[in-house]
Amino acid sequence: MTKPTEKLELFEVFVRSKRGLDHKHVGSLHAEDHEQALEYARDCYTRRSEGVSLWVVKSSDICASQEDDADCFYDPNDDKPYRHATYYVLPDPVNNM
Amino acid sequence: MTPEEQNFMRKIEAEEKIEPKDWMPEAYRKNLIRQISQHAHSEVIGMQPEGNWITRAPSLRRKAVLLSKVQDEAGHGLYLYSAAETLGISRSEMIEQLQSGKAKYSSIFNYPTLTWADVAAIGWLVDGAAIVNQVSLQRTSYGPYSRGMIRICKEESFHQRQGYEAMLALAKGSPEQKAMAQDALNRFYWPALMMFGPHDSESAHSQKSMEWKIKRETNDDLRQKFIDQTVKQIEVLGLEHPDKNLKWNEERGHYDSSDLDWDEFWSVINGNGHCNRQRIEHHIAAHDEGEWVRDAIAAYNEKKRAKKAQNAA
Repeated sequence: MTKPTEKLELFEVFVRSKRGLDHKHVGSLHAEDHEQALEYARDCYTRRSEGVSLWVVKSSDICASQEDDADCFYDPNDDKPYRHATYYVLPDPVNNM
Repeated sequence: MTPEEQNFMRKIEAEEKIEPKDWMPEAYRKNLIRQISQHAHSEVIGMQPEGNWITRAPSLRRKAVLLSKVQDEAGHGLYLYSAAETLGISRSEMIEQLQSGKAKYSSIFNYPTLTWADVAAIGWLVDGAAIVNQVSLQRTSYGPYSRGMIRICKEESFHQRQGYEAMLALAKGSPEQKAMAQDALNRFYWPALMMFGPHDSESAHSQKSMEWKIKRETNDDLRQKFIDQTVKQIEVLGLEHPDKNLKWNEERGHYDSSDLDWDEFWSVINGNGHCNRQRIEHHIAAHDEGEWVRDAIAAYNEKKRAKKAQNAA
């Protein structure tokens, strides 16, 4: 008997499109285990040579910040405009340093 | 060449990046560990000369900026240690090599920061020189190092600009402030040029590093780039250029300049700069004094684990 899809583990899929670039999240899928997830991901997300490398990670292993809390989570950085290069106004001849 | 070596060289020649799980020659791995860990150590030791001035910054604004900059350097150290760790060396091994003197860091940080203008000069010249080097290293052949460099360069621009801005304030200030700025420029200009390393002909690791595209431009080429870009910046400050032999060379399309004091360079590298001992002693002391923090983290994690196990039971 086959397991209903929702009983299978959920995996997040990351694709590296080109060597040297970061892996980028592309979506998720259900699979029995890592090996199967990798094969499904290949068939599902890289059918048109979208990538040279795949990562699959159990969704339950991902610990994420809560977007609803973004305001207070990132609050300590909001009042520090001097961390940006554009904050410093320099004379024109040297502005492009 | 073995098939593995051939495949490796094919990637290098095709400008493809080498990633952590790829096969790579042992010497490539070693060379990278040496360069990346040295780079990481420089970020971390580099916090000392500037950190020295955090409590004495001339205004709250300058203090907040400096604090942010020093914080960035710690972050850059972390990116780089992590990149080195993908090559199979542990963080503690790297720290041990730094503290025992086996691993080097950039010699520029063995010069003392005597005045506030020195802090400005470091941001402008030392970070400026670092950027020239790091922009070039964005194209390095090792993926994690390359991505680390891209991230660092993005953040580094503020470092140089805040330094120049602080320098400009002094250069356009009172005669005493201007003199202080000139003095800092005179002292930091030469060691900043030395940051690019020895002449190509004297550089032990250069040839192989270029072949493997770990380094993309030679020490002398990068140094020339920095010399050229700094001329205008000194002029706008209204300060005197420290190099009296500086002269535009129409034919080369570059400035000609004095040769550096290589005896000083080697002497500082070999441990005899003003602050070599102090920097390492301070690193060891800070590391030892931080032990209780690491212990506390471990104890807390242990407690959390025990609680979780209890709840599960």
